[in-house]
Amino acid sequence: MARGLIPDPIARLPWRVLLPLTILVGFGATVLYSAAGGSFRTYSLSHLIRFGVFVVMALVMSRFPRNWVQIAAYPIYGAILLLLVGVEAIGAIGGGAQRWLDLGIIRLQPSELMKPGIVLVLAAFYQGLPAGQIGNWRALLPAAVLLGLPAGLVLLQPDLGTAMAIVFGGLVTMFLAGIPAKWFGGGALAAAIAAPIAFFFGLRDYQRNRVYTFLDPESDPLGTGYHITQSKIAIGSGGIFGKGFGQGSQSHLDYLPEPHTDFVFATMAEEWGLFGGLLVLLVFGIVLRWGLMVSRQAPDRFSQLLAGGMTVTIFFYVAINLSMVMGLAPVVGIPLPFMSHGGTSMMTNMICIGTLMMIERWSQREAPRRFG
Amino acid sequence: MRHRITTTSLAQSFDRRTFVVGAAQGGLGLLLAARMGYIAVAENEKYEMEAESNRVNLTLVPPRRGWILDRNGQPIASNRADFRIDIIPKRLADPDGTIRELSAVLKFSSDQTQDLHDRLKAAAGFQPVPVADGLDYETFAAVSVRLPDLPGVIPQRGFSRFYPTGPSVGHLIGYVGAATAKEYENEKIPLLVTPGFKLGKDGLEKQFEQELRGEPGARRVEVTASGRIVRDLDTREDVQGHSVKLTIDAQLQDFAARRIGLESAAVVVMDCQTGGILALVSMPCFDPNSFADGIGRIEWKMLNEDDHIPLLNKALRGLYPPGSTMKPMASLALQIHGVSPDEHVFCPGGYQLGRRFFRCDARHGSVDMRGAIEHSCNTYFWSMAHRVGYDAIAPVAKQLGLGQEFDLPGAAQRYGTIPDAAWKMRRYHQEWTASDSLNASIGQGYVSVSPLQLAVMTSRIASGRNLLPSLIFGHPKPLGPALAFTPEQLAVAHDGMFRVVNGSGTAAGSKLQIGDIQMAGKTGTAQVRRLTSRGSVGEWKARDHSLFVCYAPTDEPRYAMSVVVEHGTFGARAAAPIARDIMTCLFDPTKAWADLLMMEKTWGGTPTERMQAKYDAFAARYGSSAPKVGSDAAVEAAKTRADADHAAAETNGSNTDAERGEANLSSPTPAQTTAPPVPTPAEAGTLAEPGN
Repeated sequence: MARGLIPDPIARLPWRVLLPLTILVGFGATVLYSAAGGSFRTYSLSHLIRFGVFVVMALVMSRFPRNWVQIAAYPIYGAILLLLVGVEAIGAIGGGAQRWLDLGIIRLQPSELMKPGIVLVLAAFYQGLPAGQIGNWRALLPAAVLLGLPAGLVLLQPDLGTAMAIVFGGLVTMFLAGIPAKWFGGGALAAAIAAPIAFFFGLRDYQRNRVYTFLDPESDPLGTGYHITQSKIAIGSGGIFGKGFGQGSQSHLDYLPEPHTDFVFATMAEEWGLFGGLLVLLVFGIVLRWGLMVSRQAPDRFSQLLAGGMTVTIFFYVAINLSMVMGLAPVVGIPLPFMSHGGTSMMTNMICIGTLMMIERWSQREAPRRFG
Repeated sequence: MRHRITTTSLAQSFDRRTFVVGAAQGGLGLLLAARMGYIAVAENEKYEMEAESNRVNLTLVPPRRGWILDRNGQPIASNRADFRIDIIPKRLADPDGTIRELSAVLKFSSDQTQDLHDRLKAAAGFQPVPVADGLDYETFAAVSVRLPDLPGVIPQRGFSRFYPTGPSVGHLIGYVGAATAKEYENEKIPLLVTPGFKLGKDGLEKQFEQELRGEPGARRVEVTASGRIVRDLDTREDVQGHSVKLTIDAQLQDFAARRIGLESAAVVVMDCQTGGILALVSMPCFDPNSFADGIGRIEWKMLNEDDHIPLLNKALRGLYPPGSTMKPMASLALQIHGVSPDEHVFCPGGYQLGRRFFRCDARHGSVDMRGAIEHSCNTYFWSMAHRVGYDAIAPVAKQLGLGQEFDLPGAAQRYGTIPDAAWKMRRYHQEWTASDSLNASIGQGYVSVSPLQLAVMTSRIASGRNLLPSLIFGHPKPLGPALAFTPEQLAVAHDGMFRVVNGSGTAAGSKLQIGDIQMAGKTGTAQVRRLTSRGSVGEWKARDHSLFVCYAPTDEPRYAMSVVVEHGTFGARAAAPIARDIMTCLFDPTKAWADLLMMEKTWGGTPTERMQAKYDAFAARYGSSAPKVGSDAAVEAAKTRADADHAAAETNGSNTDAERGEANLSSPTPAQTTAPPVPTPAEAGTLAEPGN
């Protein structure tokens, strides 16, 4: 604990990630200030407060010892799974689909917790799996069950975006665990066959329409294609340096839907231009690169997989959201980490960050030679 | 697995795979950066334009419509600033809720609310639907503050058409209204669907649409996605339409319309020097002011149920047997065929033609041509017409304008019938008979003419010149080919007409009471249908039409006039007094108006006031249960129906063998009742073909 180069507790904080994150959240608060029409209290204040609270949470998390985490992995997973079932049950009894549990103080979305949860349980599973078994069905089947249950429950809600995030996090963790590449090839082939079937029989109408609209946004300029079209207009009209702070007509005149949540990047890009967009991409690049570095330098298999999975979970948010606002992906309700206004996504992402900081600590303790 | 998997090889695989994942992430990052660069730099111009077209809304400002002026520059149709409210149906979030709230704020009655519902239902998409206009500022403000809850509702300051004399000019000027889907189809410009824009729907408003319209102004505003205006960017002023100056004398037009009172009548006044029309009146009439914002159901019911046919422009489209007003014309025809005006005919109270006795309205004794006009002696004209033949009379009638169509803007005219042998053969496949000649020579039988034609005839007789009527001030029509009458021949007709009013003639009671100005005229009473009872009593619809043609001053004619009072009984009773008062108004307006205001007190006020009272009564009685108003097409159809009904009634009248002249009732002996077949209503509609 006392092995840091500078004995000041502040200096020992993981600034390599906290600094870029603070910049990103601060930039996010600035954009939200503009999106609220020049009001600090509407979105920005709560955005900053949440970040402060969740940074503390992440720092507390980073103190957890490795043993606890590995032991707690299955119980945590089980608890989240139970919560998911609970949500389903309450929805069924209450006669309407719902995604959250009202715990009185906060509305908890168990599906959000499952994003880091699935990575945790799979990392624990592959840690426990003997190395020789990795090419075996025993490496695949239990993992498929661990992944399939929550994904299925979330799909039932229905919440396609979150289900995809869970599956993506789980699959990448399995990939990193060393599952033979040909299985992924086979899986991809199976997915290619299953996708059209799922598209026509599995998706709801509104989800199908979103895909159609994504393929041809101009076909429905006032309906669901409206979001994509307006977002592209916002980004495109921003140009290289943007229209200037507080000058975005698309967001201020309500053409851009959800300018403070899902489309916050478009709101930003309109006022800050390509310059602001590259800055955001750069910061995300720094954070994700740090995550992968943590993963590669992690002391053991469990922490390696855990760190890798957490990193790609954040990556998934960023990639899907940015692809969506730039018209490269259909509209799915996935916010941009650290910039979009909203407590749930901030919580999930900060859990990922906290986990990564925790693993970084573990590697510093067990491999003191490495530079912190 | 062929080779043993160890912890070490797994660690190596992890390193490889994290590299793959890292590379994929980096790759996607680059892709996103490139994509953003493409959108923001390469397509920047396109998206900037689209953002601009989102942000900036160009709203057209309907141009102020050109005024319609009378000959003295007094407005007949002008504009007044007002506050109005329209709805864009496509932007309505909750139509029923919006109507409910608007109705409450605007204090609509149930029938007005129902009208609004109807208009909304009939509207198409972005075409604005008028809700109300002429609002005061408080009401306008009350709606404006509720706008955030009322998407699709557009309050505007603008101009609305204003007709100071309302119903007096309805038929002449027409009215304006919002463009229909069909009109937009014909002329696809955005102005037509701009809220508040009105175009001419009828009469001169329609005819001079392009002159009156003007250039729309434009207003660039910044709007939110929901259409709320954030701020004005810039504006371009509209260019008012050109004004149109008419030969009409607005004051006279109004006087004539109001002098008609409770009657159903048409009046045409012409300038005997230029042919300019000073008044072209048909009453009763709708109020064009209230038509501009769509016709309410109560008003619609009122108009449709009125047996005085307010939707028919009787001055141009009403056809009536001219009766004895033909006699001055006939006297000219007789003279050019060698009849001496001094020759006397003995009137024993009728005329024997073969086995049939045509009765005159009195025993006039020995009359010459002047006396025959003065006393309206049918016997004289029958015997003379029998001598020269009717075929000598018809061409003169046409030469004087009867049965002719004139080149006038506005509603299409119907030109009626001046029958002759060829026409009858073509129309009914029957030979022309001597009794047809007798009927036609006194303006009965097949003869039907419009009030406009009667006025033209009178102006030509009075001036001796081939005047053509005109409506646009400063553009009199050149004279037609010279008339074939000598001044002496005309003087005989003038003398006769002078004596009708100033001698012991039929209209002696309608002598002008203004100094030394004297009027000459001729009464006419036209039988409506074959009657067994007298045509001056009984059911209104069965009574005779009352006609009067006149000109003044007699020594140097300035004004010629025709008055037709539907079912007004004797010419001298209904039409002549109206003509006298209108003529008085031309020379001594103060006196004429004073008399009129006295009369109006007994009629229940001005036409506008009377319509309002009637409206209130209807509204109280029917409320919103009155049938709804159809589209413009339905209004058009109703007008056509009014036209057709009128034509059918006229035809029935003109097809009786009406061997009567002035207020005479003679029953033909049964054996000789060889009336032409009564045409079916379908034929009746086509009866109004050219005289020949």
